[in-house]
Amino acid sequence: MSGDNEETQTTEETTMDDKETQDKVISPEKAEEAKLKAKYPNIGNKPGGSDLLRKRLTKGQKYFDSGDYNMAKAKIKNKQLPTAAPEKTEITGDHIPTPQDLPQRKPSLVASKLAG
Amino acid sequence: MAGPGGDMQWCFSQVKGAIDDDVAEADIISTVEFNHTGELLATGDKGGRVVIFQQEIENKSQPQFRSEYNVYSTFQSHEPEFDYLKSLEIEEKINKIRWLPQKNAAQFLLSTNDKTIKLWKISERDKRPEGYNLKEEDGRYKDPNTITSLRVPVLIPMDLMVEASPRRVFANAHTYHINSISVNSDNETYLSADDLRINLWHLEITDRSFNIVDIKPANMEELTEVITAAEFHPHQCNTFVYSSSKGTIRLCDMRASALCDKHSKLFEEPEDPSNRSFFSEIISSISDVKFSHNGRYMMTRDYLSVKIWDLNMENRPVETYQVHEYLRSKLCSLYENDCIFDKFECCWNGNDSVVMTGSYNNFFRMFDRGQRRDVTLEASRENSKPLQVLKPRKVCAGGKRKKDEISVDSLDFNKKILHTAWHPQDNIIAVATTNNLYIFQDKVN
Repeated sequence: MSGDNEETQTTEETTMDDKETQDKVISPEKAEEAKLKAKYPNIGNKPGGSDLLRKRLTKGQKYFDSGDYNMAKAKIKNKQLPTAAPEKTEITGDHIPTPQDLPQRKPSLVASKLAG
Repeated sequence: MAGPGGDMQWCFSQVKGAIDDDVAEADIISTVEFNHTGELLATGDKGGRVVIFQQEIENKSQPQFRSEYNVYSTFQSHEPEFDYLKSLEIEEKINKIRWLPQKNAAQFLLSTNDKTIKLWKISERDKRPEGYNLKEEDGRYKDPNTITSLRVPVLIPMDLMVEASPRRVFANAHTYHINSISVNSDNETYLSADDLRINLWHLEITDRSFNIVDIKPANMEELTEVITAAEFHPHQCNTFVYSSSKGTIRLCDMRASALCDKHSKLFEEPEDPSNRSFFSEIISSISDVKFSHNGRYMMTRDYLSVKIWDLNMENRPVETYQVHEYLRSKLCSLYENDCIFDKFECCWNGNDSVVMTGSYNNFFRMFDRGQRRDVTLEASRENSKPLQVLKPRKVCAGGKRKKDEISVDSLDFNKKILHTAWHPQDNIIAVATTNNLYIFQDKVN
């Protein structure tokens, strides 16, 4: 198999029509693969294997805990507002919050624009 | 050039949604589905909302206007949740909507996000009672001592009110993300599929479900494929199929055993090993599987093509249609921008003669199986004058670009049509761009 030959030849490739090489035709897919390997030489030896699948199974941003989650949500909501000057005397709560105490993020009650 | 399906000509009918280019994430349409008569059209979005459109009664004085779809009901189906055990956010995005066949005056649909399926009842109220004996019209209770006579309350007409109420919540049965739901032809059960497992539910029972497929390996390091879609056969209540990320489809018979890990049929097209590349498996991953209405065929969509399979032939599809073959020489950049992982859906027309699927640049494709013709059309605001006929589009893969053609490099890969639906009987199609819903009709009669 002339796998090695492909690496040196792909830089010559321009359009899809120009598939001629010294002795064999390279499929466009293999040419793209060579491009990718040239950019990312360490790309997985098991393409489409465990790494990709594992990433798919755990899609969804992971937070450290629920407090982290609620802080992140609050940050997004308050992104537009100017930051307030820090209070000199901070008032802290009188007990350790439990998940029930944390404010639930209410989804926006704006109706879908499709119904407009 | 004449369109497919015996000179079908598609015309713009309606478009729903905001015009502005700044798309809020919640407005991204995530599913589109007609009900069994085609009278109702439901959409789900990333914000967890469902909007249902209803086809108005035909306008007899202008028969060339097929009736329009207007908003019938809208409600918040799912809300964002937080899984405290795993510290993971659960999106409210509606992954799929499936209608139940109508049994009484109310309509029922199943909607699902990544973790929870809900059964919604949509009912109409067009009368209200008036003339209570013990209550005033505003609801305050009367002083019983003031009541001197007895009357029978009457029902008087009122403005139509459409109410949606959640009747069942099917929760806590999926560790992984739900990608499909499918109602059985027995109209009593349905399946839900996530990346590794498929569960069978009874529509009346929410506190338990049967696991019918489990492909989770004992050692997760050995994971090689995931379930990408699943569907029940339209007539055979014992049969369902599920597709995988490796491009295979398994047909299972629930009569064979309680756990259908062993398939009855395995549909797989042999691959030429010399053509194998890094991208081969990724682009062979099936993003959608749909049975034909007659139950004899099934269609699968992978990244570059649509394949029609005869259920009696496992070793290769009977038809293969290239959706956008010109992308094969762009796979490297499509991998880098994640577009190679886009999940396109596909659908059949009512008599299984034409199939449709989406592409990029707000293009969508139709393949006429009988006439062996295909067409590329575009859903855009520029082509949205009433009854404007859609002009076929053409992508130039390389070489000289003709006038009216668009080159591959000019395609907008952010404008993807992932979700399309075809009316079960008529030539009316619903095409979802990122945040707009287009309705096109065949210029017929």
